[in-house]
Amino acid sequence: MIYFAKWKVVLVLVVCAVGLVYAAPNLLDRRVVAEWQETLPGWLPTKQVNFGLDLQGGSHLLLRVDFESVITERLESLIDGLRTELRSADIGYTGLGVDGDSAVFTSRDPADAARVEAIIDSIAEDVEATVDPVSGAVAVRYTEAAVQQLRDNAVIQSIEIIRIRIDELGTTEPTIQRQGLERILVQVPGVDDPERVKRLIGETARLTFHLLDERTPVTEALAGRVPPGSELMESWERTEEDAPVNYFVVRKSVRVSGENLVDAQATISENRPVVSFRFDSAGGRRFGNTTRDNVGNRLAIVLDGRVISAPRIETPILGGSGIIRGGFTVQTANDLALLLRAGALPADITVLEERSVGPSLGADSVAAGKVASLIGLLLVAGFMVAAYGLFGAMAVCALLFNLALILAVLSGIGATLTLPGIAGIVLTVGMAVDANVLIFERIREEIRHGRSPISAIDAGYSRALTTIIDSNLTTLIAATLLFAMGSGPIKGFAITLGIGILSSMFTAIMVTRLMVVTWLRRTRPTAIPI
Amino acid sequence: MVAPHPADGHPDLTGAEGPTVMFKPIRLVPPNTKFDFVGRRKPAFTISGMVVLASVLLVGALGLNFGIDFRGGILLEARSTEGPANLADMRSTLAGLGLGEVSLQEFGEPEDVLIRVQRQEGAEAEQIAAINAVQGALGPGFDYRRTEFVGPTVGAELIKAGTLAVLMAIGGILIYIWFRFEWQFGICAVAALLHDVVSTVGLFALIQYEFNLATVAALLTIAGYSINDTVVVFDRVRENLRRYKKATMPEVLNRSLNETLSRTTLTSLTTLLALLALYFFGGQVIRDFSFALMWGVLIGTYSSIFIAVPLLLYLKLRPAPAGTEPEDQGAAAKAAE
Repeated sequence: MIYFAKWKVVLVLVVCAVGLVYAAPNLLDRRVVAEWQETLPGWLPTKQVNFGLDLQGGSHLLLRVDFESVITERLESLIDGLRTELRSADIGYTGLGVDGDSAVFTSRDPADAARVEAIIDSIAEDVEATVDPVSGAVAVRYTEAAVQQLRDNAVIQSIEIIRIRIDELGTTEPTIQRQGLERILVQVPGVDDPERVKRLIGETARLTFHLLDERTPVTEALAGRVPPGSELMESWERTEEDAPVNYFVVRKSVRVSGENLVDAQATISENRPVVSFRFDSAGGRRFGNTTRDNVGNRLAIVLDGRVISAPRIETPILGGSGIIRGGFTVQTANDLALLLRAGALPADITVLEERSVGPSLGADSVAAGKVASLIGLLLVAGFMVAAYGLFGAMAVCALLFNLALILAVLSGIGATLTLPGIAGIVLTVGMAVDANVLIFERIREEIRHGRSPISAIDAGYSRALTTIIDSNLTTLIAATLLFAMGSGPIKGFAITLGIGILSSMFTAIMVTRLMVVTWLRRTRPTAIPI
Repeated sequence: MVAPHPADGHPDLTGAEGPTVMFKPIRLVPPNTKFDFVGRRKPAFTISGMVVLASVLLVGALGLNFGIDFRGGILLEARSTEGPANLADMRSTLAGLGLGEVSLQEFGEPEDVLIRVQRQEGAEAEQIAAINAVQGALGPGFDYRRTEFVGPTVGAELIKAGTLAVLMAIGGILIYIWFRFEWQFGICAVAALLHDVVSTVGLFALIQYEFNLATVAALLTIAGYSINDTVVVFDRVRENLRRYKKATMPEVLNRSLNETLSRTTLTSLTTLLALLALYFFGGQVIRDFSFALMWGVLIGTYSSIFIAVPLLLYLKLRPAPAGTEPEDQGAAAKAAE
């Protein structure tokens, strides 16, 4: 153990040197490093530890894509098709409707079963139908593969659209990724207003134009008397208590929809923020026809089932473009234009979990973490030197290398440092010296047993080794499980704890030993100051 | 690799008087202590048994103050931009919203307020509406430093994942120790570990600190630390069992505990020092977390000395020489389960 092979010496020194070089950028200000990146030679590491959202501020949102609504919509259009086909084939049926994940109906004459199946086959390929030959009950559902396909498409499209929306905010490096089957994880660092991010993501942003049902007074509709083909809708504008300002009775049929939009911009008209829009040629034609045929009627502009405004059509609008007026502020107008440009989400989005941290709290946490680490380090260092003198100082030196290695690994692998991660580092500072304490205590014992300094040190290191490995591996088991099961910040804690355990084993065993051996060779002591 | 160890009973050569000494290091624990830890196992077992029982009862009676991670709900950290926050005013404003249980708490600074709102009836959309309602009602004089919302689905998943993680950690540790030592060591280590985890949960029930994801992380870390401490003593027990073939079990165990006592105290102290720094300077957000870890270090150290090692007595580690047979057969049977 006292003998140190040349290559081992080189290895220890190289690891420490590389650790220091990779850790170094973290001591500098981020802006300085960014400037240096331009001028320094490319081989020098300039990566810094990534701060988690809790340290730099930002939003973490776990979303769920409600793809069931997509399926229901599909089923409804399937039912429309069935109705037409069954009528033209003169097949009697009852109870046509959606039940869970199936379209169901009962054919009056069970003998029609074969014809019913043929009709279903002819209008949709990716469905499977069960026909009960006795009762005539029919259930049509999408196949497993088709559902999967629909779900995948809904999630992938949603991710695309959310990405476009967030990119328009101009934030740096958002993370938008699929999690599991129907979830999307969105992490947007460094936003000042997390609420705005949530609004932008959560809005389905389906824009539709309807005619207003002006024959039914709103009071009638509020009392529950809504004529078939019409619908009661709330105003998009809200009071401070988040209640609708107004109600409208709107005809259900969609005249033109936002799918036909090619552009939308926020502008100012008559000193008020408005959103101007332009249709593609098909949309323009439909919009032109609607406005031409309904001059004098009111046209409701509806976003996600809420009426933005319902202006009266003065003249036909044939150019394929128009302006939406509503109770906009500059920001809401900007946001609406952004949403319309990005397109509607294919399905509704539910926020399952949100964790947003404002930039000020993040900065406070970083500052507090720095102070805590420094004070923890000083306390432990002072204590080690008081307890073990020169050897304690060597252990502290190894501890500094240990911290450098942790930072270097974190920067190198691009791991994220979170607030609990800082706690992990501070805890590692306390626990890392344990290996040295074990070794030094063993050396003390061996000296008490009458060994010479060299033989005591040799025995101390070799006997403590198994203990160190056993005790550290058990903690590593806990850290690994934390990493595997934990989420976000907790993962950060597990990462620093795990890296800390591994690097502390290296520094406490190899680095201090190199220092002790060098010291032994130089001074050839007859007794050890421990 | 090393010459056979000299027989025991050497004079106390500390080596500290050598010529190269610069100063005399401080000794917290004198060398060659002869505390009879194992002899005090009865009171220790009694106290620990009562603590574990009390913990279970406390959790049953008071319940845990689950944070939003598990229960679902809303948490806002607001900073008043107009001087110290008036909690009473805020409380009455928010009570008028009809959001159910809303709790307010000063958080570190007089300007900072932690607002917790219970999970709202209904789905996720209702929760978001509640956040908006709170922010609308409090008006523009606040800066929202943190907004957390956990929906019912995720909360249930987090409970599952957290419980699973703790159980798997305990299982993994048991298997590792089984593999490295003999099965008796594994049983005793896990008994001590369960004692630590259960009493920590009991403490959280008693003082009603928020029990959240960070607490689960703390529990796992406590498990790791407690085992770390236990393994060090076990290592020495194993070594001494081989070395002192004629000694009785209590002698071997006491000797092992005394020999590692200095290390045990030193490591606990350095870890505690680091955690104290974290508790006082690490910021309000992780104060409860640091508190749990400090408690864990203390209880972990205690349980290795007074539970894990004395329990070994009852598990027939070696064909017992006359006189080492444990008297308390009931406890032996219980521990062996």
